[in-house]
Amino acid sequence: MARRSSPEVNAGSMADIAFLLLIFFLVTTTIETDSGISRKLPPIEEDQEDVIIKQRNIFTVLLNGKDQILVEDELMVLEDIRAAAIEFLDNGGGEGNGEDGCDYCKGDRDPSSSDNPDKAIISLKNERETSYAAYISVQNELVAAYTHLRNVRAEDLYGESYEEMMKNYKDVNWPGNKTTLKEKINRLRKEYPQKLSEVQ
Amino acid sequence: MSKFNKKNKGEIPAVNTASLPDIVFMLLFFFMVATVMRDNELKINNQLPAADQVEKLDKKDLVMYIYAGKPNSGYQAQYGTEARIQLNDKFSEVSDIPAFIYAERESKREEVRPFLTTALKVDKETNMGIVGDIKQELRKVNALKINYTTRIGDVSLNQN
Repeated sequence: MARRSSPEVNAGSMADIAFLLLIFFLVTTTIETDSGISRKLPPIEEDQEDVIIKQRNIFTVLLNGKDQILVEDELMVLEDIRAAAIEFLDNGGGEGNGEDGCDYCKGDRDPSSSDNPDKAIISLKNERETSYAAYISVQNELVAAYTHLRNVRAEDLYGESYEEMMKNYKDVNWPGNKTTLKEKINRLRKEYPQKLSEVQ
Repeated sequence: MSKFNKKNKGEIPAVNTASLPDIVFMLLFFFMVATVMRDNELKINNQLPAADQVEKLDKKDLVMYIYAGKPNSGYQAQYGTEARIQLNDKFSEVSDIPAFIYAERESKREEVRPFLTTALKVDKETNMGIVGDIKQELRKVNALKINYTTRIGDVSLNQN
């Protein structure tokens, strides 16, 4: 006797099911963006004491109503901001190795620019007519400058970049010691603190 | 030869698929009931600018969303084309922000309140004036942790 052939399952409606599911997921899925540039706003203080900051330690970036960028009162294109900010932050013009100096800075040590990264402040000003896209672009470039400096410093100290360390820190499956990693990250953050002031 | 022609004799009948649509509908209804759709219906254009130096907001329940942008085409007749703020499901004024923040804080557990972050989802065509006003209001109610929500991409995408 020949072997009895088993009947084929009717798969004609399989496509319908698939389409149904596909349409369902297409409709309900929202691509939620939940990442962005984190900032901390300065608290409102009643009686503010004026802290005297040397002019050379301030890097002014002004975005005017026509989205033009003025860095230290000079017109600049977006692409150059990152380099200019890095040069300013990493200048290390302060004298000595103590409070004022910076023994890890790689800059030109120009006495007319910032003392050390801890004292260097980037002040970002904007006008009411400035577009949000331009503002975010500049913010992004300035944060990138800090990240670049931290990366370079991390490569020197620990042989891996700051971004890699941050990724490892957030990764739950990372096998290394998170406490020492956190200390390393904090050291980098202390050496290159993000001092970015947003003036109204 | 007749051996080959006797196909219909001892064969099991094909599986009846008539109830398949019912199963599929059951699945569909299950998902329809169980899925939570997006929280807010956006009444504004919300095209976010791009940036690549981004941090991820990991605790989604600790985020308050403030939207801003030009009203959608359907709402332009009523609300004009000037950029507006949207809190929850409705258009709001800058002065509504403190109440919104307090309400959001109230709805969270007390121990997590210090970690609340405000995510600003602002359309890239918006002027900074309204963003500055929002920031000022947030400072007044001491909601200092903010996040400018962006798409991930090169900043050159912002220029057009």
